[in-house]
Amino acid sequence: MLLIRCPYCEEERPELEFRNAGEAHIARSADMAATSDDDFEKFFFIRSNPKGIIYERWRHMHGCARFFNAVRDTVSDRFLMTYKAGEPKPAKLPGASK
Amino acid sequence: MIAAFRIPGAGRLKQAETARFSFDGQSYAGVEGDTLASALLANGVHLVGRSFKYHRPRGFLSAGAEEPNALVEIKRDSARKTPNVRATVQELYDGLTAQSQNRWPSLSFDVSAVGDIASPLLSAGFYYKTFMWPKSAWKNLYEPKIRAAAGLGVAPDQPDPDHYSARYAHCDVLVLGGGAAGIASALAAAETGVRVILADEQADFGGSLRFESGAKIDGQDGFAWAQGAVATLKAMDNVRVLSRTTAFGYYAQNFVGLVERVSDHLQNPGRGLPRERLWQVRASRVVLATGAIERHMVFADNDRPGIMLASAARIYLNHYGVAVGRNVGVYTANDSAYAAAIDLKKAGVGVAAIVDLRDNPTGPVIDEARALGIEINFGRAVIRAGGKLRVSSMTVQPKNGGGERTIPVDAILMSAGWTPSVHLFSQSRGKVAFNDETKRFVPGTYAQDCVSVGACNGTDGLSATIDEAYSAGAKAAKEAAVKNAGANAAKGAKPKVDASESWSRGMLGAAPGAGADTTVKAFVDFQNDVTAKDIRQAVHEGMRSIEHVKRFTTNGMATDQGKTSNMHGLAIAAETLGKPIPQVGLTTFRAPYTPVTFGSIVGHARGPLFDPTRKTAIHPWAERQGAVFEDVGQWKRAWYFPKAGEDMHAAVDRECVTVRKTAGLFDASTLGKIEVVGPDAARFMELLYTNPWEKLEPGRCRYGIMLREDGFIYDDGVVGRLAPDRFHVTTTTGGAPRVMNHMEDYLQTEFPHLNVWLTSITEQWAVIAVQGPKSRDIIAPLVEGIDMSDEALPHMSVREGKICGVPTRLFRMSFTGERGFEVNVPADHGQAVWEALWAEGQKHGACAYGTEAMHVLRAEKGYIIVGQDTDGTVTPNDAGLDWAVGKKKTDFVGIRGMARPDLVAKGRKQLVGLKTKDPKVVLEEGAQIVGDPKQAIPMTMIGHVTSSYWSENCGRSIALALVAGGRDRMGETLYVPMPNGTIEVEVTGMVFFDEKGERLNG
Ligand SMILES: [Zn+2]
Repeated sequence: MLLIRCPYCEEERPELEFRNAGEAHIARSADMAATSDDDFEKFFFIRSNPKGIIYERWRHMHGCARFFNAVRDTVSDRFLMTYKAGEPKPAKLPGASK
Repeated sequence: MIAAFRIPGAGRLKQAETARFSFDGQSYAGVEGDTLASALLANGVHLVGRSFKYHRPRGFLSAGAEEPNALVEIKRDSARKTPNVRATVQELYDGLTAQSQNRWPSLSFDVSAVGDIASPLLSAGFYYKTFMWPKSAWKNLYEPKIRAAAGLGVAPDQPDPDHYSARYAHCDVLVLGGGAAGIASALAAAETGVRVILADEQADFGGSLRFESGAKIDGQDGFAWAQGAVATLKAMDNVRVLSRTTAFGYYAQNFVGLVERVSDHLQNPGRGLPRERLWQVRASRVVLATGAIERHMVFADNDRPGIMLASAARIYLNHYGVAVGRNVGVYTANDSAYAAAIDLKKAGVGVAAIVDLRDNPTGPVIDEARALGIEINFGRAVIRAGGKLRVSSMTVQPKNGGGERTIPVDAILMSAGWTPSVHLFSQSRGKVAFNDETKRFVPGTYAQDCVSVGACNGTDGLSATIDEAYSAGAKAAKEAAVKNAGANAAKGAKPKVDASESWSRGMLGAAPGAGADTTVKAFVDFQNDVTAKDIRQAVHEGMRSIEHVKRFTTNGMATDQGKTSNMHGLAIAAETLGKPIPQVGLTTFRAPYTPVTFGSIVGHARGPLFDPTRKTAIHPWAERQGAVFEDVGQWKRAWYFPKAGEDMHAAVDRECVTVRKTAGLFDASTLGKIEVVGPDAARFMELLYTNPWEKLEPGRCRYGIMLREDGFIYDDGVVGRLAPDRFHVTTTTGGAPRVMNHMEDYLQTEFPHLNVWLTSITEQWAVIAVQGPKSRDIIAPLVEGIDMSDEALPHMSVREGKICGVPTRLFRMSFTGERGFEVNVPADHGQAVWEALWAEGQKHGACAYGTEAMHVLRAEKGYIIVGQDTDGTVTPNDAGLDWAVGKKKTDFVGIRGMARPDLVAKGRKQLVGLKTKDPKVVLEEGAQIVGDPKQAIPMTMIGHVTSSYWSENCGRSIALALVAGGRDRMGETLYVPMPNGTIEVEVTGMVFFDEKGERLNG
């Protein structure tokens, strides 16, 4: 069971309290109705599924109930960092594996 | 009376304290503290099982958890039957009843043992090729035959009456393994004051000190030192000591799963004790002190009962006081088996000969064996074992060929060397490294905060082990303390090793006589009946990766997970491939280390505790009325209320007719309810629902549709605007949690600029629907402060006031098509208000109705149920709900998805009504619809039935269906092919009753 640090509660808590909410940093267009078919496809269907670093959303479901972002290495399952929803993709990652 | 092979005065058990037990119906005497294995051996019983594939007679290979052969069924009573229990682990209690497995009709005569003749059919990869053709024979012939012949044990056929408990625990240092290394680490860590857990799978701590008669620590016999040290640890407040506890899985971030066997060793466990306890431990640091496992020698017929690991024979002698034979042979490739020969000889057991593959080894144990007069043969191999149900001889030959000599023996003790137990290290995702000099895999790169000490780390000798373990324990405590604040300097003294045994090396792979050009049955994996020849054959047939060899031969895939076999299998594969071992690679170790019961994993989460049951405030009333309930998610809902003599059909018909004639009361409390509050509440609603909300006046309601971003219907429900900044949203019963999550997601991440709060109020409000022409007459007398007239409270409006003196949110709305109300009251008052309304209703002849009548009544009106009439691929337009989509809106969730080319294309499946040509025929929900019933099979299916009922109010059956281009097919005849004939149907509109909707105000 993973330990995940909630950036709002500022605590590491067991995975059971959290729920994954898919890939992060996929922006919903401010002018959704005018989005082209291709752009909608990218927005709604295409996900990166990397072997390595993934940026994803989690919700502290059985805690503060906040959504936040996390950086996880899909090879080691290790969380490199978590940060609040709305914050930009971190420029530098702590202790990233190669 | 002392058993024949128990040596008076030997071992550590009190031989006077006997325990009776039975094996295969025969009664025996054992001693308190025995395992089933040691007790059987004390009685001279070696034959305890038949092998998996060939049904060969098998005995005990080991004295511990690595045992591949001696699997038995332990039976306490008719429900408590545990198959595949390792007799070497099962502790004896008075009255224990055990049975052998995988044999028929008896252990000594097993008709399936023709395997020896048929064995070419069962060679490596047999299930991939032997039974390839014809396909149907798999189901009817091969599989049943193989399943009957192969297999281990029989599953219990009754529910498990035992209970299992579970604990979470946190500690600074978790020490896994309670031998010399683990105890030394635990002592060093515990003395600093940090929280320590020490666990060992055996009943007694000590590990290899149980048999190493040559070990002396702090001036005491090694085993006695271990007991004293563990007693010291147990007395410390910061230490938890767990015996009979196996660490079976090492997971992310030092999360370790352990199973404690609490009562399997007790004669009368009592109801208060769980059978097992699952420990889920999160540790700052883990010390792995899991030891090493001795390997067997791979030679012809090395599986005969009586052939066992040398260290096992030492445990049986030195701990249990049992001799495994009277005239034993020893076959070895390293020093450790000499110690077994010496101990047995000293205890008065005859040692026929030591056969040592090495050419001219020297060392103190060899000198000692020689001094005791034991015959030693260097440079020789045992090329075959004689005997069938019990080994009777060993045939010896110079390892490079030459004359054979057969030596009579009744047991063979073997040792090919020791394999470090890196299972847990490997599960922690650490990478093992091959040491070319010692030919063993040892921990290499660590992935987690753990450290390996002693034999599992490839450290040889007791002194070096204690040094390493003690400093590792102290270091782990210090590191954990830095993290968790607070530890003292160690106070104690490092244990001093006065005498020890030491050995290393050995051999891997097949011994001479079982090499490349041979076809003998030299077993590598006993439990899965894999021989050296099978592994070579796998390579010859093209398997290159060890993972493929493993799957093709099943080597190491049995419940013992290849504890004794993996290294031999790897070495044989490497030799056949002509590659060095590290290039062929080790297979992955997976949890569990030893088999874990389902009970311990499930714990209390079974029966009523498996999933919470939710009941409404009105549930007790419905129960008293004799309602029949149905499960809707976690909810219990009243399905129908049968009167005496009524079946479901009659009850539902009566309920449906009564609602439309007078009125009915319905418990709608399970509806999901969410309060959307704040200055931007209306803007938020505009974005989450297809409908317009800004202009909805406070006090009015609207039917809302929620889409996902893909444009498909996600949920629906009536929403009341209580105030400009307050909406009372209802959702489907099953949809409440995900709708709340969906709303929170958008509010927190996409629309965080909106000033809105969301509160789940499902459990706060009980909801009583009162529907029917008399509904207002029933409610009005109980209501205060709300004008109930049609002008003041028209259809689709909401008012706050009081009913029966308690606050209410009174909705005028209808899911039946009748004049109707939904009375929301605080849940605590739900039952009282229901009973008051029920009393009023009785005056008008109203009934209580359940979910079935509710379904029929709404279908008569063509009202859809999301999740029944929609399936996640239905747009508002498909459902005929275009009117609910705000045409002037520029954004809402789903606005773009809904406009995708395929979602606006012609010919999509649309919701329509269906009337069977024969009004008495009720369609089956889910039935497929075709246009031409005469077409060839497979027919083109153009839709399916989503809802179908008998409608007593219409006097006929009614149905809703999704049909391709359905709204253009009005009046068309379509067909529903069923097993008993094809049903003709006519496509109609969705409203079957009161098409004009006049009854809403009737
Ligand atoms: Zn939180």
